Amino acid sequence: MIPAAFEYYRPKDMEGVLAVLTEHGDDARVLAGGHSLIPMMKLRMAEVPHLIDLQDVAGLGGISVSDGTVRLGAMVTQSDIIADAVLADAAPIMREASLQIADPQVRYMGTVGGNVANGDPGNDMPGLMQCLDATFTLIGPDGEREVAARDFYESAYMTAREDDEVLTAVSFKVPEGGYAYQKQKRKIGDYATAAAAVQIVKEGGTCARASIAMTNLSDTPVYSEAAGAALVGTSVTDSDIDAAVQAMLGDIDPAEDNRGPVEFKRHAAAVILRRAIARAWSRA
Amino acid sequence: MKDDAGVTREQRVEALGGMGCKRKRVEDARFTQGKGNYVDDIKMPGMLFGDFVRSPYAHARIKSIDTSAALALDGVVAVLTADDLRPLGLHWMPTLAGDKQMVLADGKVLFQGQEVAYVVAKDRYIAADAVELIDVDYEELPVIVDPFESMKSDTVLREDLVAEDGSLPDGAHGPRKHHNHIFTWEVGEKEATSQVIDSAQVVAEETMYYHRTHPCPLETCGCVASMDKVNGKLTLYGTFQAPHAIRTVVSLISGIEEHNIRVISPDIGGGFGNKVGAYPGYVCSVVASIVTGVPVKWVEDRMENLMTTAFARDYWMKGKISATPEGKITGLWCEVTADHGGFDACADPTKFPAGFMNICTGSYDIPTAYLAVDGVYTNKAPGGVSYRCSFRVTEAVYFIERMIEVLAIEMNMDAAELRRINFIKKEQFPYQSALGWEYDSGDYHTAWDKALKAVDYEGLRTEQAQRVEDFKTGKTRKLMGVGLSFFTEIVGAGPVKNCDILGLGMFDSCEIRIHPTGSAIARLGTISQGQGHATTFAQILASEIGLPADSITIEEGDTDTAPYGLGTYGSRSTPVAGAATAMAGRKIRAKAQMIAAYLLEVHDDDVEFDVDRFVVKGAPEKFKTMKEIAFAAYNQAIPGIEPGLEAVSYYDPPNMTYPFGAYICVMDIDVDTGEVDIRRFYALDDCGTRINPMIIEGQVHGGLTEALAVALGQEIAYDDMGNVKTGTLMDFFLPTAWEVPNYETDHTVTPSPHHPIGAKGVGESPHVGGVPCFSNAVNDAFRAFGLRHTHMPHDHWRIWKTANKLGLHG
Ligand SMILES: Cc1cc2nc3c(=O)[nH]c(=O)nc-3n(C[C@H](O)[C@H](O)[C@H](O)COP(=O)(O)OP(=O)(O)OC[C@H]3O[C@@H](n4cnc5c(N)ncnc54)[C@H](O)[C@@H]3O)c2cc1C
Repeated sequence: MIPAAFEYYRPKDMEGVLAVLTEHGDDARVLAGGHSLIPMMKLRMAEVPHLIDLQDVAGLGGISVSDGTVRLGAMVTQSDIIADAVLADAAPIMREASLQIADPQVRYMGTVGGNVANGDPGNDMPGLMQCLDATFTLIGPDGEREVAARDFYESAYMTAREDDEVLTAVSFKVPEGGYAYQKQKRKIGDYATAAAAVQIVKEGGTCARASIAMTNLSDTPVYSEAAGAALVGTSVTDSDIDAAVQAMLGDIDPAEDNRGPVEFKRHAAAVILRRAIARAWSRA
Repeated sequence: MKDDAGVTREQRVEALGGMGCKRKRVEDARFTQGKGNYVDDIKMPGMLFGDFVRSPYAHARIKSIDTSAALALDGVVAVLTADDLRPLGLHWMPTLAGDKQMVLADGKVLFQGQEVAYVVAKDRYIAADAVELIDVDYEELPVIVDPFESMKSDTVLREDLVAEDGSLPDGAHGPRKHHNHIFTWEVGEKEATSQVIDSAQVVAEETMYYHRTHPCPLETCGCVASMDKVNGKLTLYGTFQAPHAIRTVVSLISGIEEHNIRVISPDIGGGFGNKVGAYPGYVCSVVASIVTGVPVKWVEDRMENLMTTAFARDYWMKGKISATPEGKITGLWCEVTADHGGFDACADPTKFPAGFMNICTGSYDIPTAYLAVDGVYTNKAPGGVSYRCSFRVTEAVYFIERMIEVLAIEMNMDAAELRRINFIKKEQFPYQSALGWEYDSGDYHTAWDKALKAVDYEGLRTEQAQRVEDFKTGKTRKLMGVGLSFFTEIVGAGPVKNCDILGLGMFDSCEIRIHPTGSAIARLGTISQGQGHATTFAQILASEIGLPADSITIEEGDTDTAPYGLGTYGSRSTPVAGAATAMAGRKIRAKAQMIAAYLLEVHDDDVEFDVDRFVVKGAPEKFKTMKEIAFAAYNQAIPGIEPGLEAVSYYDPPNMTYPFGAYICVMDIDVDTGEVDIRRFYALDDCGTRINPMIIEGQVHGGLTEALAVALGQEIAYDDMGNVKTGTLMDFFLPTAWEVPNYETDHTVTPSPHHPIGAKGVGESPHVGGVPCFSNAVNDAFRAFGLRHTHMPHDHWRIWKTANKLGLHG
C-alpha cells in the first residue's frame, strides 16, 4: 500500500488550481480530505501524477443559511456539518446522515465536496443531495455552471463534472417537513448495505410532497421519483408505504458483494426504506 | 536495620505488589505515550527495504520472470527469485508442521498472494515501484478452493510430493490417501464408538463449518536482518512469538552457527498466533542482508498480512453424539476435513498434526469417543495457526458446544440442564478423557450454577418464550437468543515427553539475578505481545522472593541474554514460564534461607520465610529482610556459600493445565435486517490462581471481542477462482468500541494441582469459550422455529438467510 510517485501542489486560489488542471488534464486531480482518494492511490487503483491539495484554496469553506437556501462550501467537513447548530436546525437530515458516515476520525477530514464529487455509489451524500434536490456549483476554465444532483451521476466514478472542473459548493432549499436518514451497515466505518434519505411534507393528515433517494443499491445513487409519488396524497398507511417500497424496488439495481447477495440487498433496501418513511412521517 | 517498626504484615504484603493484586501494567507508560519500539521503528544506517512481487493467481505455472526493468530502476539493489535462492538451498523452507514451503515461487504458485520475487531497494517507495516493473508470465492452472473437491480432483497441487512413478510417499504424519491429501490423524476407539452410537436410543448428528479467519494483529509481521560481515554475526529483529525457536530454525536452514545469530523480538503489537511461524519475508531479508552486507527491513502491509501470513481455522467438522433417554452422553464421533491451503504450515506440536483437537469431548464425562482429522491441500494461503487459542482448541470447543446444543434440540431438553447432567464431577479429577488427556482439576457444577444464577437463567427463558409468542402474533420482529457455553481448555504446552516443535522440547525458562541492593532482573524464554508479562511475572517473583515487584525488571525476547524457551502462544507463558519463574524464585529463596540463618546465627531449619524476610521460628522480632540478605550475599564472606544470588530454572511441565469457564450471552436479533444486539454478556473464568485480576479482566475483554468478531463476521473468504474477497479491513471485520457490548466478568478459583503457584493461563479462554457462546445465542434465537444449526460467521445476510429459510419473512 505504497502510492506511486506524484507531484504535490498547494495553491492558494482557484486560479492556481485551474492552471494545474488545465496543464495536466486527467493526469491531475484535486485532493480534499483525501479519505477516498489516498486509499485509492495507495492501492495503486488511482494513479495521480499531479495532486492538487485544496486545503489552502480560499473561498471553499463555510456553511450559510439565508433566503431559504442552504449553501455548503466544498471543503466543509462532515464534522463541520455535525457541529453546525444553524444547519442542524434548517436541515436536520444533514446532521443525522453525517453521524452515520464512517467514524469520527474520517469525518474530521472527509468533505462534502469530496463526498459528492467522488462518484462512489457507497458515499452517503450523493443520495442525500438527490433527496434534497441540491445543486452543485462547478468551476472550470470556461467559468462557473450549475448541475442538479439528480443529473450529476452517470455511473460508478463517472459524473457530469469535467476533468478540469472543480466543485465549489452544494446548495439546496431549506427542506420542509419530516426527515429520516436510515442506514444499515455491518460495522462502524462501513459503507451502506442499504440506506434511504426521506423528506416528507404533511398537510392536514395527508402527504403533500415526498422525496426519496437510496444509497449503495445501484452504480449511482437512486432518486426514486416513483416511490415519492406513491406517498403523495395518501395518509401514509402501511399499504401506502408498501406501494412506495415496491416503486423503489423497481428503481434499484444492487450488486452482490461481501455485504450479501442481491436478494438480501433488495430485502434490506425495503426494510430500511419502510423504517425511514415511518420515521420521517412521524416527524412531519 | 529494623526500620519497619509499626508496619503491619498486611502493609508489608501490599508493599510487595505480589500475586493477587491489581498492579497497573508497567508497559503502559510507554505504549500510551507512543514510545514503544516496534520492528518498523528500527532504523539502521544504510538500511535497505524489501518488498514482494506476489501472485495474482491462486494456481498457475510460472513460465518466466523478467526482472530487467526493475533492476534498471535507480535505487534498486537486487531482485531475488527462486533461481537465486536455489544454490543456497533456500528456495524452499521447512514448515513447523513437517511440510516444506516455497520461499519464492519455484516454477508455480499455489495461492493468491504467494511470494514470487523479492525486491531490495534503497527506500520503501522505490521497492514498491520496482515490484510493478517485474514481468511474470503465468499460465493459469485449475483452481481448487474446496477441500472435498480437492480430495477427488485429478489436479495435482503439490507435484513435489508425488514420486516419479506416481506413487505417494508418506508425509510427515504417515500415509497419504490422495495426491492432495496431507495426513489422517486418528484418536480414540473407532469400533467401540461406532457400536455405541449405532445402538444408542438417542443420536444427534450435525456438520458444521468453522470458517477460515485470521488473527489480524494490529502490527503486521516484519523483520530487520543485519549481517555483520566483519564478525560474522547475524542480528535478526522481528515480530517473533518464539525468538529462540526462530534462532534455531535460522541456524539449521542457513548453516550459520547458532552463537553467531542473535534474534531480538522488540515490542510486538499483538500476535494471536500469526507471529509464531517462519515466513518467506524473514528468509529473503536474511539472504538479502548476507548478500549486500547491510541491514534489510521487510514489513508487511495490511493486505499482505490478511492474504498471506498464517490464517486460522477452516475446519469442516462432522459429528455424532449419542445419549441415554435421560440425557447421559454415551459416545462422541468427530470427523474433520481440514483445509490447510497450499502448504501445511500449521503451528502445532509435532506429534499433534491437528493440535489438541482431541480435547473435543469438552467438559463432559463421555466414556467413548473417536476423532479423525484429514488434512487437505487447496489453493489457499498456508497457515492453520492457533488464533488466540491453544492448538485447535477453539475448533474442539466450538464442536462440542454446538453438538451439546444439537443434542438438546434432538431430546427437546434444556441445554443448560443437559450440560449439568454430563459435566465431569469434581471428585472425578484428575480425569482421564476418552481421547487421551488427563484433566488436572475442575469444579464445573459450582461454576455453572453460579453463572446461571447470576443471569437469572430461568427468567431469561421465560422472557424468551414470551418473545416467541409476541413474534408469532406480530407484536415484534425481534427474536431473543440465549447463548450458553461451558468450555475446558488445554493449555501450557507442554510436557517435553510428548510436546515438541521440530524436535524442540516445549519447556520454558527463567533466569533471575538479584542485585546487591535488593532489586532484580529476571529474563524469560517467552515474549509478551500485549499480555503484560513485565507486570505479572514480577508479581510472581515478588511473592516468591520477597522483593517489591517495582524493584524487579522483566526482560524477554533477546536470545543473547534470555534463557532458551519456546515462546508465547497457546496460553503457555504462565503455565510454563510462570512455573519456571516461581521455581527459580524458590531456588533464590533456598539460598537466601541459608544466608539468613548464618546472619541470624541459627540453623537453616530454624528460620522461615515471611512475606519479605526470613524470621527465626518463634521469634518474629529476629529477622533478616530479603534486601539485607541480598546485600550480604554479595558483600559478606559466608563460609560454605559462594557469593552472589542468582538462579535459573528450566521447567518441563508434568501436565497441561485445564482452565475452564461458563459464559452466557443474551442477544436480540432483528429478523428483517439480520442485525444483532448483544444485550448482556456474562463470563465466568476459572484460571486457577489469579496473579493480577485487572490483567485477567483485560485479557477476557480482548478475547471476547475477538470471539465476537469471529462469530459475527470475521472471515477470510475466497471466490471460486481463489481470489481473496476480504483483503482489507473494510471487509475483514475488526470490531471497534462501537460493536462491543459491556462484558460482566466473574470467577471461581480451582488451582492447578501440579503448577507451582496453581495458575492455569487465561489469555485465550475468552476466545475459546466466547465463539460458541455468541454462535449458540444466534442459533438459540431460532430454535423455537425449528433451526438445528447454522454456520458462522453470523453476519447480517447469513442471519437473514437463516430467517428466510425458516419462513420468517412471511
Ligand atoms: C474507513 C472509511 C469509512 C468511510 N465510510 C464512509 C461512509 O460510510 N459513507 C460515506 O459517504 N463516505 C465514507 N467514507 C468516505 C469519506 O466520507 C470520504 O472522506 C469522502 O467520500 C470523500 O471526501 P474527501 O474530502 O476525503 O475526498 P477526497 O478523498 O480528497 O477526494 C475524493 C474524490 O473527489 C475528488 N474531489 C474532492 N473534492 C473535490 C472538489 N471540490 N471538486 C472536484 N473534485 C473533488 C477527488 O479528486 C477524488 O477523486 C469513508 C472513508 C473511510 C476511509
